[in-house]
Amino acid sequence: MAYKNYILVCGGTGCESSKSEDIYRDLIKEAELQGVKNEVQVVKTGCFGFCERGPIVKVLPSESFYVGVTPQDAKEIIAEQVVKGREVKRLLYKKDQNATNTVRVQDIDFYQKQFRVVLRNCGVINPENIEEYIARDGYKALEKALFEMTPEQIIAEVKASGLRGRGGAGFPTGVKWESARGAPGDVKYIVCNADEGDPGAYMDRSTIEGDPHSILEAMIIAGKAVGAHQGYIYIRAEYPLAIERLNVAIAQAREMGLMGKDILGSGFDFDVELRLGAGAFVCGEETALLRSIEGNRGMPTPKPPFPAFKGLWDKPTVINNVETLANVPVVLTRGAQWFSSIGTEKSKGTKVFALTGKINNSGLIEVPMGTTLREIIFDIGGGIKGGKKFKGVQTGGPSGGIIVEKDLDTPISYESLVALGSMMGSGGMIVMDEDDCMVDVSKFYMGFCVDESCGKCAPCRIGTSQMYSILDKISKGNGVESDLDDLERIGKAMTKASLCALGGSAANPTMATIKHFREEYLEHIRNHKCRAGKCKDLVVYEINPEKCIGCGLCARKCPVPCIAGEKKQPHVIDKARCIKCGECFKACKFGAVIKR
Amino acid sequence: MAKMTLDELRALREAKRKDLEKRDVEGKDIQIIVGMGTCGIAAGAKQTFDAIVDQVQKKGLEGQVLIRQTGCMGLCYVEPTVEVLVPGMPPVIYGKMTADTAEELVEKHLVGHQLLDNHILDRPAADILKN
Repeated sequence: MAYKNYILVCGGTGCESSKSEDIYRDLIKEAELQGVKNEVQVVKTGCFGFCERGPIVKVLPSESFYVGVTPQDAKEIIAEQVVKGREVKRLLYKKDQNATNTVRVQDIDFYQKQFRVVLRNCGVINPENIEEYIARDGYKALEKALFEMTPEQIIAEVKASGLRGRGGAGFPTGVKWESARGAPGDVKYIVCNADEGDPGAYMDRSTIEGDPHSILEAMIIAGKAVGAHQGYIYIRAEYPLAIERLNVAIAQAREMGLMGKDILGSGFDFDVELRLGAGAFVCGEETALLRSIEGNRGMPTPKPPFPAFKGLWDKPTVINNVETLANVPVVLTRGAQWFSSIGTEKSKGTKVFALTGKINNSGLIEVPMGTTLREIIFDIGGGIKGGKKFKGVQTGGPSGGIIVEKDLDTPISYESLVALGSMMGSGGMIVMDEDDCMVDVSKFYMGFCVDESCGKCAPCRIGTSQMYSILDKISKGNGVESDLDDLERIGKAMTKASLCALGGSAANPTMATIKHFREEYLEHIRNHKCRAGKCKDLVVYEINPEKCIGCGLCARKCPVPCIAGEKKQPHVIDKARCIKCGECFKACKFGAVIKR
Repeated sequence: MAKMTLDELRALREAKRKDLEKRDVEGKDIQIIVGMGTCGIAAGAKQTFDAIVDQVQKKGLEGQVLIRQTGCMGLCYVEPTVEVLVPGMPPVIYGKMTADTAEELVEKHLVGHQLLDNHILDRPAADILKN
């Protein structure tokens, strides 16, 4: 026998500290007292993320959403909701503190902070079952494109929607399609860029794994729009599950006549093949990607000519990123007007971000353009882990910059992020706290670019390794103040002179950290100090003889080993031999090991 | 299935839409949906899936329960995630459902019609296809 009501009490740390345990207990007690314990189950839940307004209590199936609940409210919630079947109006969440109207849970601002267009099917359908995709309006946009619209109309619709490239640069998708359509030639290609390579980014992987048909459908539509009959998905071999699901999806679509010759009897042919990349970051750059598909070494070529005119095997080619394509079916089924009603003036629709780093609720999120970083980090992400202090958020991966506290209220758009010295990038978002060292962070990204630079052009090949060696020197306490000028000078030269965006943006993380955290660089240079304790060469471990009880745990953990001492006597670290691994610091239960 | 015409595609969509709405597939009215993206699998979703299959068989519920996979729901911090649909009960998304929670899930939710403590999460966004 199922219960009539379920009362969910938020058991996240935020709510726990504001008496959710008492609320939970009192609700159970009241249910017994009022003789309805067989009609309601009181349940503790995970965090609802709405911590500022906690404690949160939610009642199912009515979806009543109560905020700021106290243990004294338990009696009324049971009496009203369970016994009489009506909501406790005074506790219901209101959009605005002064507003009198109450809203249902799906209308709450908080829930609408995420809005899922690209991820509409992720976590809903079985990605290996084409019928479930079809049931949720799948291939409906294709029907429209094949039977009701001319190529010009499709392009006009995509242009009107304001959809821009989600790979990072933000070029208007409709304009790209129009150029390729207008380019002379009988053979044209559609390429999907699924070579997601930013450290910490997995938006495209998740989209493909959760909803592979949306990409295929969009590619066929693009094919009709520009007059192409062959598509390639360039995906890295490091994504085996995504590849497997794409292969399943392609086989199903071909079998059902949704791909291949004479699609749905329309007379239009289109087929898609996969091309696997070996994981070179530069192959995410479109010209390098095309060279790789052709079977050549993945190196960029100068633009112009742009791929829309001279792309794959010198034929006009449209290259769109996974997330861009996943929007296309929705643009056609819901219409350009609906799509362009979401977002800001110049950045329409939503953006998917992979929210990682020092954040409580890490995950894949999708928000309307114009959402602020503060809303993403603190409302959706639930704030910084362990109550530490927010330091910065890195967007755009090795091509992006760091955004600091004072800029968190900026609404996200392609333009606003560039104005802050970062970029949209493909959507990686790494949150950093006070324990992250900015010299270390920029050294990490520069090291990544050194490894991934293809070496074709000198500014990138030489510039990245020069910048890396300067950063390395600073991180070891051997820097001089003029190094900062050198970093900026080399960075500017690379930005101007590099052949492709890899080199053109490789200096961004360093430039942004010097701009926002100059004093931290100077601390490394002048005082040989790393305040976050990340730069190993600047950290010294010592044992406080007053706190050390001589348990010997640190000495047993030390891998060198360089800690000595008699049992029950204070131990000593031999600093000359210490490799600064920090094992002793982590092991000590008495706070006797000091890091400085 | 053989190649379809436009009309066949439309008919299939209608039929499957109804299936999805009534949530009653192959005569099974209970559904357990496990998030199986790379992230979920890395957190143990395959083991969870297998453990749920075992537990459902143990209780003799194979005839009633459909166990499906889906992609990533985006709730990486609480993977593996499992959605449970039981007639007469609100749909629920659970997080941190490692294999050792399968017994409690089947015993308590499916048989006892009770929700599990400390695992419930909210769906991250409204479904744009439902408006």
